[in-house]
Amino acid sequence: MSSTQVVVIGAGPGGYAAAFRAADMGLQVTLVDPQPNPGGVCTYVGCIPSKALLHVAKVISEAHHASAWGITYGEPKIDVNKLRAFKANVVQKLTGGLGQLVKHRKVAYLQGMASFVDARTIKVDLTNGGAETVTFEHAIIASGSRPAAVPGLSIDSPRVMDSTGALDLPDIPNSLLVVGGGYIGLEMGSVYAALGTKVTVVEMTAGLLPGADRDLVTVLNRRMEPLMHRIMLNTRVTGMKEVKDGVKVEFSGEGLKDADKSQTFDRVLVSVGRKPNSAVPGLDKIGVALNQRGFIQVDQTLRTAVPNLFAIGDVVGDPMLAHKASHEAGVAVEAILGKKVAFEPQAIPAVVFTDPEIAWCGLTETDAAAQGRKVEVAKFPWAALGRAVAIDRTDGLTKLVIDPETERVLGVGIAGAGAGELIAEGVLAVEMGALAADVGLTIHPHPTLSETLMEAAEVFYGHSTHVFRPKKRATS
Amino acid sequence: MPIEFKLPELGENVEKGDVVRVMVKVGDVVKKDQSVLELETDKATIEVPASEGGTVSEVRVKPGDKVKVGQVVLVLSEAAADGKGKPAAAAAPTKDAPEPQAAAGPKAVPAPAPQQPAAAPAPAVAASSTSGPELRSAGRSAAVVAIASARPAPAAEPAAALVAAAPSVRRYARELGVDIGEVSGSGPGGRIGHEDVTKYVKSAMGGGGAARGGAAGVRVPPLPDFSKWGEVESRPMSNIRRVTAEHLTAAWQAPHVTQHDKADITTLEEFRHAFGKRAEAAGGKLTVTAILVKIVATAIGRYPQFASSVDMANEAIIFKKYCHIGIAVDTPNGLLVPVIRDADQKGIVDVAVELAQLSQKARDKKLTREEMSGGVFSITNLGGIGGSFFTPIINRPEVAILGVSRTVTEPVWRESSFVPRQMLPLSLSYDHRVIDGADAARFLRFVAEGLEQPLSMQL
Repeated sequence: MSSTQVVVIGAGPGGYAAAFRAADMGLQVTLVDPQPNPGGVCTYVGCIPSKALLHVAKVISEAHHASAWGITYGEPKIDVNKLRAFKANVVQKLTGGLGQLVKHRKVAYLQGMASFVDARTIKVDLTNGGAETVTFEHAIIASGSRPAAVPGLSIDSPRVMDSTGALDLPDIPNSLLVVGGGYIGLEMGSVYAALGTKVTVVEMTAGLLPGADRDLVTVLNRRMEPLMHRIMLNTRVTGMKEVKDGVKVEFSGEGLKDADKSQTFDRVLVSVGRKPNSAVPGLDKIGVALNQRGFIQVDQTLRTAVPNLFAIGDVVGDPMLAHKASHEAGVAVEAILGKKVAFEPQAIPAVVFTDPEIAWCGLTETDAAAQGRKVEVAKFPWAALGRAVAIDRTDGLTKLVIDPETERVLGVGIAGAGAGELIAEGVLAVEMGALAADVGLTIHPHPTLSETLMEAAEVFYGHSTHVFRPKKRATS
Repeated sequence: MPIEFKLPELGENVEKGDVVRVMVKVGDVVKKDQSVLELETDKATIEVPASEGGTVSEVRVKPGDKVKVGQVVLVLSEAAADGKGKPAAAAAPTKDAPEPQAAAGPKAVPAPAPQQPAAAPAPAVAASSTSGPELRSAGRSAAVVAIASARPAPAAEPAAALVAAAPSVRRYARELGVDIGEVSGSGPGGRIGHEDVTKYVKSAMGGGGAARGGAAGVRVPPLPDFSKWGEVESRPMSNIRRVTAEHLTAAWQAPHVTQHDKADITTLEEFRHAFGKRAEAAGGKLTVTAILVKIVATAIGRYPQFASSVDMANEAIIFKKYCHIGIAVDTPNGLLVPVIRDADQKGIVDVAVELAQLSQKARDKKLTREEMSGGVFSITNLGGIGGSFFTPIINRPEVAILGVSRTVTEPVWRESSFVPRQMLPLSLSYDHRVIDGADAARFLRFVAEGLEQPLSMQL
């Protein structure tokens, strides 16, 4: 039995950020997580290991492409064990570092699973056996999310993996089916394709990355199509069965050839989204409310229906992104300290770490159309940019979504190499209420890809240096 | 005759493209040269104009499709007479569709969404359109909507959603309890700065709620250094002075007009002398102001818009069914306006007595807030000091004020000769938003005649 001021349940990027912030503010903190160190899905089986593998995939792809520049390497030899060890080492370094920070901050770390006894008490079933009861003044629930399954299709087979299984890199299969053309499926699909697997992607909607602006996705498609063995759109998986040497998958979809309706793959990756871990035992009994989609309901300060309980991150709603969770962590801690704060971002960046990357923030063209909001879109194609040509990556597009009345930048979308880094400037522009003129009049370093943001702003005013728009030709 | 619209030549070496957007749907009436498709080619994004006009009977492509030059993309039926076909349900968006212009120029990328009704509950549309299994990848639209719907009090979210203010400024506003959506920004594009929030708070605390109006957004140039021309002394404003200054600044925003008139009060003065004793016995003084209170109360009964208020936020005019009249009182500390309640139901002597009491309280700084609020119309009498005619400022949120100057004996032409008459100068300032000039002239004439011929008010 111990007591603390703040208990944080879950040590992902939301939970550990909350615990560290609370400790820095002088509060006494207990952090609970089943893993030996903080990190959560993001660091252990999400953002970080996938980026390590995507980096490797990019090196393979660039080495291959180098023949176009007169540098020819042999076919890569892949030592899966060593690759897996590299990835494990990345994870180990980061989570170990976080473990050190826990100690430095004198945060009490309990490895185990928490359940609520009442609104002031949790019980932690410790991983090493035994249990500990902790009473607290405030709790922050940051229990995260888990991969969703396709309803009615789950089969218990080692050949059928979720994102965690795929990151384990059990082998390099000859063929892989990726169910779901969202960002997890495309990122992991890219990794396996680069390693030599014939990857098929099946997506039930009409395009990859549903929700993203189509012009950005088009840029990705141009590289994704030759990389992947096959991309099946408007197609559903209707059945899966483990057979000798593979998984037999049944498909249905408009215009699908009979021969394609049943195919066998060495492995299947199911990446159809994630579900919140809102079923923390005891939570229902103390009055914390969930919404219809199973997320914990919170107000703008991340406070749940029970006043001394807060919740942050994937468990409170979309977008389920690490950087949203860690921002929410700060808000929740400040709310606990009685400050008048609210979670009120104007732009949450989204990045798909494929090659090329796709990133966007703020208002998308798709949103604007759905809302019937009048916007002007200024696009700058990378083909006109010096750096893009120099690195042989002209397959890019930068665009600004601009309010025609005030000329404010409402949203930014980027497709191209390094888009994930470039979008940060877009987020700052949207948050600061920058006008297109502010972006255009800010000197950007030459020659860099960041110039595309400045040039897109200049396109809006009709005087981009590197884009000449001749008068429209008579086309009919 | 159905017309097959094929993808035309798009330019040198451009043979195919990806459909980014289909800008028409079945049933739409399109004009020749109206943009129907947005196509992305290797070189640029191009809007493809229709080669013929007609009603769209079939759309053979969808966003994401690859199309080649010569491929049929739309089928048009029976070329309508220059777009004046049947009024299709989608007529409005069709009209809004942009005219073809410079190929893929920056301004050529339009924002119309012919397929999407621009309905108010747009977030719901966004949510349902992205609720596929890969919701996580659906981006910010679904994300923000989901967050909003997950929150017990989402009402505050839309206002704050796209306010042009830096995160530090939004946080500052929240600390001060200010809804950032209410603050008007003085920066480029209406951007809200730290100082805009401070200014909003100051004006909101000064009463009058003037922050919504223009004053908050107007930059007042800084004062010069007066001391370079001679000795100066800076004294802090008294509370009354500060409130008066802020209140009148807000009041000044009403479009003011002042109407002048004169009333012949020769007979009234005889009446005042004859009955003055009676009022004095009761503890009051039968002043012109007291009599005017009664006359104005009667005039308001006839012209109720003079006791109204303007509610621009709700685009309404509020008429008050009570008749409390404010009287401006000059005190050593500044201007105060006590209010005589239900003046229309009181006799002149009662009004006179109450007026004397309130004036004394004003000078003794004993007026309560209650005694200074609720007025529907104000009277300000400078006759005791002098002058003829002035332009009083309306006591916001009232819409009219009557200014009274000093009575002067003037020669007045009567029948065939000048006769000496005692003339009272009257100045009526009114808010032109609710009161028309003719009504103001009538109102003031009614008051003047009430002074000249009290029985006229009963006509």
